[in-house]
Amino acid sequence: MSRKPYIREISKTNWFFSQPRYMRYMAREVTCIFILVYTILLVFALKNLAQGPEAYAEFLEALNSPLGILFNLAALVAAVYHSTSWFNVTPQAMPIQRGEEFVPGNIIVGAHYGGWVVISLIVLFLGV
Amino acid sequence: MAKSNKPIFWGPFAAGGTITAFVTPVLVLLTLFAALGFVPSLLTYEHLHAFAANWLGKLVIFGVILLSLWHAAHRLRVTVHDLGVRADGMVAIVVYFIASLGTVATLFYLLRI
Amino acid sequence: MSERQIQLEVLRYNPETDSEPRFQTYSVPCLNEWVVLDALNYVKDNLDTTLSYRWSCHMAVCGSCGMMVNGEPKLACKAFIHEYGDQIRVEPLANFPIERDLVTVVEDFIAKLASVKPYLIPKEDKPVSAGEFKQTPAQLLTFKQYTLCINCMLCYAACPQYGLVPEFIGPAAIALAHRYNQDSRDGGRDERQEVIASHEGVWECSFVGACSEVCPKHVDPAGALQQVKVASTIDWYKEHLMPWVKK
Repeated sequence: MSRKPYIREISKTNWFFSQPRYMRYMAREVTCIFILVYTILLVFALKNLAQGPEAYAEFLEALNSPLGILFNLAALVAAVYHSTSWFNVTPQAMPIQRGEEFVPGNIIVGAHYGGWVVISLIVLFLGV
Repeated sequence: MAKSNKPIFWGPFAAGGTITAFVTPVLVLLTLFAALGFVPSLLTYEHLHAFAANWLGKLVIFGVILLSLWHAAHRLRVTVHDLGVRADGMVAIVVYFIASLGTVATLFYLLRI
Repeated sequence: MSERQIQLEVLRYNPETDSEPRFQTYSVPCLNEWVVLDALNYVKDNLDTTLSYRWSCHMAVCGSCGMMVNGEPKLACKAFIHEYGDQIRVEPLANFPIERDLVTVVEDFIAKLASVKPYLIPKEDKPVSAGEFKQTPAQLLTFKQYTLCINCMLCYAACPQYGLVPEFIGPAAIALAHRYNQDSRDGGRDERQEVIASHEGVWECSFVGACSEVCPKHVDPAGALQQVKVASTIDWYKEHLMPWVKK
């Protein structure tokens, strides 16, 4: 008896619509676009900063626009989603074993969230 | 099977993912304030210039930008593959070129402050 | 004991007559405590003897009855009818070719599993008379969860990267390689790294995490793969930036 296995094709371009968990994964992955564009924005801020007060004032003026507000809002959502998705999997990537037990995952995640809050408060305190 | 050279890029990706998780949201919050017209004191010319003129400040700025760029570039490479583009070699060249350009520019501007 | 009439939609494929699979619906009187496997057995015994599927232990140990239940990779023996509505759709495990009905072609997985040498490769050979290899509970804990893997392949059916890039060695095989690498009695890591630190190895993984979500034995292959990435990255930097450091 000859075999004739049937192969089910998977779409290479829209496979992630098939399951909610794949959608969550893609949402996590596309945060990188906002991180990348935002970091490039920081490089431009640096460029104008190096060129002197007038150029830097122009940068701030360009930022103070509907597009600037919209982008920063979107980047904020993306950045927060990246942070939570990153911290939530830290116990999987970096489990900590103490003797005959693993440190519970929620303690590792909690420590990251705690550090995140502290760093954010320090930056806000010094920056605003 | 030959061992992969992916670790060159995965190291900065992982380090950058961690640093952006900790600092990017609050940085975006600061620039959002600026975009809304309320420029936070750190983002005024005098304060930011003074921060970037300091060697420690330069190091912090360079570290954050470098790792954010290489994190995002590497993840973008994977994302483009996930979206169905199979020209991985070409994509890798483009995304890492953007990251390199950003890195060199950051270094260049920091040294001029 | 309450009984419920379930419409069981099963993907059928006969390689001798069919050019592609098609759904066939069976109306099955199910007891509430039944699992999907019981419903399939009812079909086989009472309605259609031609239905093909794999099963053996009926207690989530043998790992044979993996299939898609309403689109989710499940062991049919662990998918309780009471958790589903009146219509249940059963398909062969995703990402594998269909041999016949719910039976998939698993040679690819078996070859990959063998390629990572999932067995102890002792650091040194010692005669039986030299006594046992001792291991503390703490040393056992470093890999214990991975020993629970039953090779049921649900993680492969859940992994989109395996579906897109069939060369990928995949979750269970790499997690098992990690299990032996972590074992204090083992000295085979260098041999396994040749396979799992390759492009087709751990680097095809993008940490979707689906493998760990569907594992019926609560193993965490996604975590294992990230740990392998970290270790392989440290290896690479040591090898290329500090070649004078001996392993």
